Amino acid sequence: MDKESSSLNQYSSANAFKNADTGNNIVYDTQDLNLWYGQTHALKNIILPIYEQEVTAIIGPSGCGKSTYLKTLNRMVELVPGVRTSGTIKYRNKDILDKSFKVEELRTKVGMVFQKPNPFPKSIYDNIAYGPRIHGIRNKKVLDQIVEKSLRGAYIWDEVKDRLKENAYSLSGGQQQRICIARCLAIEPDVILMDEPTSALDPKSTLKVEELIEKLKKDYSIIIVTHNMQQAARISDKTAFFLNGEVIEYADTNFLFSTPKDKRTEDYITGRFG
Amino acid sequence: MVAREQFQIELDKVKAMIIELARGTESLLRDAVKALYTADIELAKQVIAYDKELDKRDFEINEAAVLLIAKQQPVASDLRRLIVAIRISSDLERMGDNAKNIAKSTIHLGEKHGIQIHGAIEDMKDIAIRMIDLSVKAYENEDITLARKLAELDDLVDGMYSTVLRELLEETATNPEKIQHIMQMAFSGRYIERFGDHATNIGENIMYLVKGESFDLNE
Repeated sequence: MDKESSSLNQYSSANAFKNADTGNNIVYDTQDLNLWYGQTHALKNIILPIYEQEVTAIIGPSGCGKSTYLKTLNRMVELVPGVRTSGTIKYRNKDILDKSFKVEELRTKVGMVFQKPNPFPKSIYDNIAYGPRIHGIRNKKVLDQIVEKSLRGAYIWDEVKDRLKENAYSLSGGQQQRICIARCLAIEPDVILMDEPTSALDPKSTLKVEELIEKLKKDYSIIIVTHNMQQAARISDKTAFFLNGEVIEYADTNFLFSTPKDKRTEDYITGRFG
Repeated sequence: MVAREQFQIELDKVKAMIIELARGTESLLRDAVKALYTADIELAKQVIAYDKELDKRDFEINEAAVLLIAKQQPVASDLRRLIVAIRISSDLERMGDNAKNIAKSTIHLGEKHGIQIHGAIEDMKDIAIRMIDLSVKAYENEDITLARKLAELDDLVDGMYSTVLRELLEETATNPEKIQHIMQMAFSGRYIERFGDHATNIGENIMYLVKGESFDLNE
């Protein structure tokens, strides 16, 4: 990595709990993270800050480790057999990789949206109420409120308010994805992880989800893995470019897409490889 | 480089179009000043006609660059390359206009004006030609050292223009009946001075292309 230029290196873990430019608090502080799938070294010495009320985009060619990194942030990666990690990921100052850390705590704080919309084969209402019910909320009035608030939060309330009892599968792909985002919001998370959330959507639905992301960042920290570089440029505040398991460059999105410092970043974003 | 070969080919095409336009502008200035010195009205008319052709080239470069931006959605240096192509093309078009204006002055002066064209105008033209030559090389090689040199040459042209203007002013005092003619000569000097400014803009654009920051070499 270009040591001088990467703004990553201007970031020092010891005292950088706020973003120097925005004053935003740090949410995830990743230090020297390494991850192996068996013999494969999938993430190498990752150092990356994630700030609240910002959208952080992770870009890079297939197999560069971006989805692995995302799944490490909610420890979903542990579901893969033979995974080992070293280093630390501090979420709100607690190391989530530490044995004593309870993964359940993370699940209530970190929501995730996947590439393919994955609503439950239930009514729209039950999809949203699912999380809160698991957390023991039974009161119909409270559930009604949560459902409405979450659907409004995902800007889909007006489209579905008269058909809450209908199966979520009856909605379009774009609507289903926003239902999944609403389902995320129902547990009142702190962070939303998005793994290529629009790659299966048509341009119009993509635009709606992008607009939603822009609105959501006022209240949530969003980390989005995307193959669509124009999308990363449009919606994110910070961008990290991953290549072969390393963070090659991390910078303000405006900066990274106009004057990247590392030639590999330039080559990737201008489509010269990947 | 594997991907986007077609895009690279198209970028190279735009570059070649710019260089061709620059060469056209260069010969336009040569002919315009030659016509001025030799009171060659026919050549001056050819300059005016050829300037229209250069305007068309500028338009074509703009079209090609805008289409590439729309089709390829370039970022970083690729985007700057196209933005800069549009800007340089526009500067070259304006340089062509300046040459055309010299030709118009030549026509105003007519064949038998009986005044001596100031020798420094020819010298200014030589430096302006060097500037366009330099700007083409700087653009071809994306060479910011050459780009910076344009500013130095531009200072030289500016200085010469001030001298020409002062001397021509003096001449208006001694030859008031020739004032119309002398003014056409002063205008021609001014057109070459502007020609140099546009060449300097090309230098600024090359610096922007390479560095990704804006520079003012005309200060």
